[in-house]
Amino acid sequence: MSVPAGAGTAARDPGSPAGAGTAGSPGAAASPGAARVRRMRPWTPWAFLAPYLLLFAVFMVLPIGFGFWTSLHEWDINVPAKPFVGLSNYAELFDPSSVDGSRFWTAMKATGIFTVFSVPLLIVLPLLVALLMNGRFRGRNLYRAVYFAPYVLGVAVVGLLWRFLLDGNIGLVNHYLGLDVQWTTDLPWAWVALVGVTVWWTLGLNSVIFLAGLQDIPRELYEAAMVDGAGARHRFRSITLPGLRPVTLFVVNSTILASANMFGQSYLITVGAPADQTKTAIYLIAETGLRQFDMGTASAMSFVLAAFLMVASGLVFGAFRNRQAR
Amino acid sequence: MTHSLSRRSFLGLAGATGLAAAVTACGGGTKLGAGEAAQSPAATFSGGEYSGPKVTLDFWNGFTGGDGPHMRAMLDAFNKAYSGRIEVRNVTRQWADLYPAVPTAIAAGKGPDVAVIHNDWISTFAARQVLVPLDDVVGALGLTESDFIPAVWQAGVYDGKRYSVPLDVHCLGDYWNAGHLGKIGLKEAPADKAAYAEALGGLKDAGVEHPFWMPSKWPAHLMFMSLVWQFGGQLYSEDGLRALWGSDAGEQALAWMVEQIDKGFSPDKVAIDSQYAAFKNGKVSLTWDGIWQINDLKTNAPDLKWELSPVPNIGGTPAVWSASHNFVLTSQAGRDANKMQAAKFFVDYMSKQSTEWAKAGMIPARNSVRQDPQVASLPQIALADDLDAFHFIPPLPGVGDVQTKALELAVAKAVLKQASPADALKEGVATADKLLADNKRKYAK
Repeated sequence: MSVPAGAGTAARDPGSPAGAGTAGSPGAAASPGAARVRRMRPWTPWAFLAPYLLLFAVFMVLPIGFGFWTSLHEWDINVPAKPFVGLSNYAELFDPSSVDGSRFWTAMKATGIFTVFSVPLLIVLPLLVALLMNGRFRGRNLYRAVYFAPYVLGVAVVGLLWRFLLDGNIGLVNHYLGLDVQWTTDLPWAWVALVGVTVWWTLGLNSVIFLAGLQDIPRELYEAAMVDGAGARHRFRSITLPGLRPVTLFVVNSTILASANMFGQSYLITVGAPADQTKTAIYLIAETGLRQFDMGTASAMSFVLAAFLMVASGLVFGAFRNRQAR
Repeated sequence: MTHSLSRRSFLGLAGATGLAAAVTACGGGTKLGAGEAAQSPAATFSGGEYSGPKVTLDFWNGFTGGDGPHMRAMLDAFNKAYSGRIEVRNVTRQWADLYPAVPTAIAAGKGPDVAVIHNDWISTFAARQVLVPLDDVVGALGLTESDFIPAVWQAGVYDGKRYSVPLDVHCLGDYWNAGHLGKIGLKEAPADKAAYAEALGGLKDAGVEHPFWMPSKWPAHLMFMSLVWQFGGQLYSEDGLRALWGSDAGEQALAWMVEQIDKGFSPDKVAIDSQYAAFKNGKVSLTWDGIWQINDLKTNAPDLKWELSPVPNIGGTPAVWSASHNFVLTSQAGRDANKMQAAKFFVDYMSKQSTEWAKAGMIPARNSVRQDPQVASLPQIALADDLDAFHFIPPLPGVGDVQTKALELAVAKAVLKQASPADALKEGVATADKLLADNKRKYAK
């Protein structure tokens, strides 16, 4: 079955010299086409994959392996001796009485708090924004741009801007709202500030992705539902949400990973304050590896964080798959 | 035919590139010890002009503030005078970014040949074999300990070799708003504990809501260290194995800082940099900050009437946190004998420009330069009247990590009222002692 189909495609292909030369004779065209398919070697798919695999190996697999190797050593950048210490960098992280261990889990807790509070907001609010933006009204593009605009700013701009706006004593936010809240040096306000700034900053991206998802849902489904007498809420539940499922999976997963990798906001806005409580895991890893040159411990921290993120991603995929099975 | 050929060659090329990248990636990790270069001896420097072929030197420093323009002016003069022979390329970045970058960049061969670093980093970098000894330059310059504050001089020596040429001394100062203090009839900053408390109370009554803001981050730890010394304490034991800032002196120091908040002189939980910004805006009457802010205040707060005094003596002994900028040569310059000679010549030249550098708001490190009439009249020089008051972080390898992970955190916790001064210090000292033991092991040869 497949051979005639392949032959037919080959014959119709104007670019193929064989097809062009023997256009009038379908029988003759079939044999070179079939021959070409047969000539495919077992390594052909690998050859096509090779460029990507090569990049993947050089820029992903090797560094990961090298990072793991580093994490098994007391690896200080300049000190020539880099003794092998086995898993003791990891053991130290799980020893709450060690300096790095206690710092690490404080940072992991900070990362967890930020992720738990920012992810739901970064899913629900962009979805609402996308639903609004999906309607037809005057100035729609302007509104879309307004929501997306903060996202084009770099984290340095966003961080410095908000650090001064939110300053508890000389900042404009307290001044205009008549508040006395220490947004950058007190809990829980520092978390409110960090989550709020992040939502303001990155909401546009998720909105655009949701918007694209909404526009992919066939209009006929809504028309059919309206004919059946379904109300707006019913249409949202039965058409919009299921239609958005693949997009939502992507948004949830990428938002969790992005939130768990938060660094710039707390580096620039709170500087880890108060007393290191908003110092996130990535912040601590950067500090340990690049400021204290302790690459071994920093790599071990990265692998523990990565393990947590893999579990989180797995759970998200699992949750979405289960619902699809039902 | 051509198709498969080009594909094959493409794959081969890609493979070769990948392999090369992989090899360099691994190599970069293992041969990072910058030490081997430090051992290649260059001809000893004995002063005089550089006579070799033209070289370019990369010069790194952290003069991002009011001191920057003066350093650039000195460099421009040097480059003009020696054009065609030595070209110095200037790289200025924040100190906080400079220190982590230096060792890594040198390991990659893209770092500085010459740099300015603070005295408390010299031993750390020397132990990391990032620096090249400079005994010959010091010899050629005719520098002797008697012309320097002993702590500055000794900080440049690690393991029996000299690694730095001190350029200046800088310390905390007490900046005060002359208008505010005038309101309560003061023409001078209060100089001791009782006078300070009285003045702050008076300022509050005179309508300054919060006259003295207590930061929880930088420069909070510099204030704390100054006070520890004032109350008669020490930071670290001689052998570098124990943190001593949790002593009675430390508790008294931190308690005084927290008291300023409790008495309402400072608002709660001041965010980083805001006390200085508020001082510039005329909302703060007194604030302790580095003398290098002089030029910033002159340029960026021209309407503010401010004065600078020594940090008040709260604890009984005059003492103030101080540091020193030092010229160092890196192991990157050490890889090239000509660069090494040119770099030494450059350091020699710059060290003779102390008078010009004093205009950047710094105090020249050399006693003889401070007596120069041009320098003696500068506002910050008055702070150097009592050289015994200058206290420095001791030159222990890795002391920077201990400061950030333990001391600064303890101060922040107490000032933010998350723990009492005693508890914060106790926890901090426990952390510090572990780190000191780690450092001792790590930097031991």
